[in-house]
Amino acid sequence: MTWDSNFALEILPQILQALALTILITFLGTAIAMLLGLLLAILRRSRRRLVSLPAHALVEFVRDTPLLVQLYFLYFVILPDLRLSFSALVTGIIGIGINYSAYTAEVYRAGIEGVPRGQWEAARALNFSPGRVWTSVVLPQAIPKVIPALGNYLIAMFKDTPILASIGVVEMLQRAELIGSETFRYLEPMTLVGGLFLLLSYPSSRLLARLEARFGRAY
Amino acid sequence: MQGVLGQALNSLLQGAAVTLEVTVLAGALALGVAIAAGLCRLSRSLLVRGCAALYVEVLRGTSALVVMFWMYFALPFLGVQLTALQAGVLALGLSYGAYGAEVVRGAIRHVPKSQWEGAVALNMKPAQRMLRVIMPQAVIAMLPPMGNLLVDLLKATSLVSLITLSDLTFHGRLLQNSIGRPTEVFLAVLATYFVMSYTLTIGVRRLEARFSRGMDIGRRAAVRVTVT
Repeated sequence: MTWDSNFALEILPQILQALALTILITFLGTAIAMLLGLLLAILRRSRRRLVSLPAHALVEFVRDTPLLVQLYFLYFVILPDLRLSFSALVTGIIGIGINYSAYTAEVYRAGIEGVPRGQWEAARALNFSPGRVWTSVVLPQAIPKVIPALGNYLIAMFKDTPILASIGVVEMLQRAELIGSETFRYLEPMTLVGGLFLLLSYPSSRLLARLEARFGRAY
Repeated sequence: MQGVLGQALNSLLQGAAVTLEVTVLAGALALGVAIAAGLCRLSRSLLVRGCAALYVEVLRGTSALVVMFWMYFALPFLGVQLTALQAGVLALGLSYGAYGAEVVRGAIRHVPKSQWEGAVALNMKPAQRMLRVIMPQAVIAMLPPMGNLLVDLLKATSLVSLITLSDLTFHGRLLQNSIGRPTEVFLAVLATYFVMSYTLTIGVRRLEARFSRGMDIGRRAAVRVTVT
């Protein structure tokens, strides 16, 4: 049994539908990772150890454990304990978002550390409140430089979305497996999924590399 | 209770052994492939360079889990039947080999041009030049990103549980189903992964210190390679 193009064409619409969901997961997960990552990076810089230590610990723990197990933990332990019943999809988006926030926090941190000391001192000399130091002096300088690095994590997250299949989210890989188990043909769906990942992630990473070359690779 | 706890611990340890086994096998494969593909990408021959680039971009552009599923579920239709262990090791090794190839390429290109010229001036053969001048310097630059990749690989081995290989994660799921208590089970699984990857991180740092001894370039050369 080898490649059957008719069958591939027949299942393509279903896979494309799952691709739409995969992209939705990626964008929502990225939104969480960008915001939470920034928050974690700022908290880590707090002088109060009660604030900075938990943020630091969370980042380290998330970075040193697998996303798959984190998803299980979220799905089977934390959400039931909090008496929250989210769908697998919502759980997956939250989980992948938290996972990547540990990585984006490091990116933001590098960006924040790249802001010259004089900027902080000048802001303080102008009697800015701590909130204003962040929002009108530090972050406007730190964030633009880290955008390419954040973009890399967007692509990485896109390629990690298949892991959500493990808790039953019907994204591309899960859809391919379902098609496979119904029709006993795995070659076409699996190959299509691989091809679609490549088709989307390769041009995006090239585009990003060009952006980096243009605007300088800061971190 | 003591009996159940003992059995659970035993089960997790068995799983951790499989996780380590997959990490070592896939890591060895990835390292070999990374060096080969990284060197090929610097070759003068367009054909060699092209093939290496194709391998790196395809494997980096798809996801490790998709590659693994493809090898496990789709390859049999092309007449190649792999066991779960083979599919898992091959998929992870090739995926991480592709990331590693970029590290090797970056590190070699990072060695200053004068070093190449110096080696040529000393009349060294190409192999000698690579082994005695370029590589010892490139290795220092490679170590930090390679260490990160190894930690990533260790975490990625959890994916083999999805193709029925009984690693640490798989045993965690088994325990969850047999004794319940998901909180304790998954905390134990997470903690085990944490200890393993943290130990790896420390090991790599030591190795780095050892390799940069006697080299005045130290940590300066750390190559940045984004893992995407």
